[in-house]
Amino acid sequence: MNLTLRVWRQSGPSDAGRMVTYRVEEVSPDMSFLEMLDVLNERLILEGDDPIAFDHDCREGICGMCGMVINGVAHGEQRATTTCQLHMRHFEDNATITIEPWRAAPFPVVKDLVVDRSAFDRIIQAGGFVSVPAGSAPDAHSVPVRKEDADAAFDAATCIGCGACVAACPNGSASLFTAAKITHLSLLPQGQPERLSRAKAMVDQMDAEGFGGCTNTGECTAVCPKGIPLDTIAQMNTDYLKANAK
Amino acid sequence: MKKPTRKRPRGFLSSSNGKKAVMAVTGAVMVLFLIGHMLGNLKIFISKDSFNEYAHALRTLLEPLLPYRTLLTIVEIALVLSVVLHMWAAISLSRRARSARPVKYVAKKSQATGYATHIMRFGGLTIALFVVWHLLDLTFGVVNPKGFDSTPADRMIAGFDPSRWWVTLIYLVAVVMVGLHLRHGVWSAFQTLGWANRDRNKALRLSAGLLSAVLVVGFLAPPLAIMFGVVQ
Repeated sequence: MNLTLRVWRQSGPSDAGRMVTYRVEEVSPDMSFLEMLDVLNERLILEGDDPIAFDHDCREGICGMCGMVINGVAHGEQRATTTCQLHMRHFEDNATITIEPWRAAPFPVVKDLVVDRSAFDRIIQAGGFVSVPAGSAPDAHSVPVRKEDADAAFDAATCIGCGACVAACPNGSASLFTAAKITHLSLLPQGQPERLSRAKAMVDQMDAEGFGGCTNTGECTAVCPKGIPLDTIAQMNTDYLKANAK
Repeated sequence: MKKPTRKRPRGFLSSSNGKKAVMAVTGAVMVLFLIGHMLGNLKIFISKDSFNEYAHALRTLLEPLLPYRTLLTIVEIALVLSVVLHMWAAISLSRRARSARPVKYVAKKSQATGYATHIMRFGGLTIALFVVWHLLDLTFGVVNPKGFDSTPADRMIAGFDPSRWWVTLIYLVAVVMVGLHLRHGVWSAFQTLGWANRDRNKALRLSAGLLSAVLVVGFLAPPLAIMFGVVQ
């Protein structure tokens, strides 16, 4: 496959940045999107150019490090797939592919396609934890959990914090991420003591970071590589309203 | 490391979720009003007298327990308050959204289905402008051929006279806009107040669509019937 890439290049946080066009030839359809970028980067290095910076770690879709807006869609048009798991066979030969970083004020660009997602860490620090002695794993049946709750909590807990929800949201809202973290704990017995204070602290931190508000467009859940459902946001809203009513 | 760009919200109303709750509750007030308003309008199909009596009853309801127009005034105050708060929250949230994405995408493709979702702000603005026209036309009679010194039914029938087809057209566009606004808005309000969930979502979305459709048909029936001479 031969491709034309239009990639966002930005040498540092203070650089204005611009789109740069590259030609990549002899791409195997079995390559992942990141491997295709690796091929381009190797060539750029050989030519004495600066390679394109992008975040990545596990390359098996579970760490949440990789992520870029590909042809206007976070993680590309393939549903429920991280960028590292997106393969070149989903693109047509001689296609032009536009690649941009996540765009949100709370996610400033560090370099090229790398953004600083520490805002997510601070939301977690605000309340995304349970203050119980953790110790070793308890017996599975020592604290009963309804099957439905366990399933819903697990669905929410699959969030890898990649930030695609923010990138896709027309409001730049971090509601799906925050809601997934709140829901995953608020459905389980261990999360009950801090349930309301957690919701309030995390939502307030989300606002403080400068993310936008949720208008329930559903753009987030459509691009979420883990398919986190929109009803986690309803759960977050319930807990937040209850916390404020107290 | 980058510091948070904004101070923590000081109160419920300064948080994005708080503002959303304000939008949901004030929206619900307006939807309830719309249902009543639509039912009242349909009385024109019974007779002009029936419609006029209904308009009069709105003013004399609960008399002599309470003075003339008490209930109507309370409703009007609640509505004005709802409109103002709804708009305040919407403007404040859109400003927040705009500052959350200072650099726009070169390419951006919507992945969620739902045309209605993406025209909420534009739709709201259109509806607000329409309400101004609507009040001037049928409430104050300023732009109505019959003026203010006429019965409500006469104003309504003169207002949608075939010669004023463009007025009917304005209503048509505005009412369809209201329908689209509510198709997303009604479901969205339930989601914002935390009453939507996996089991209820389908039913809620369906009900929101159905309610919007009923309101569009119910509101468009009188003007179209008058324009095509069914009601005279």
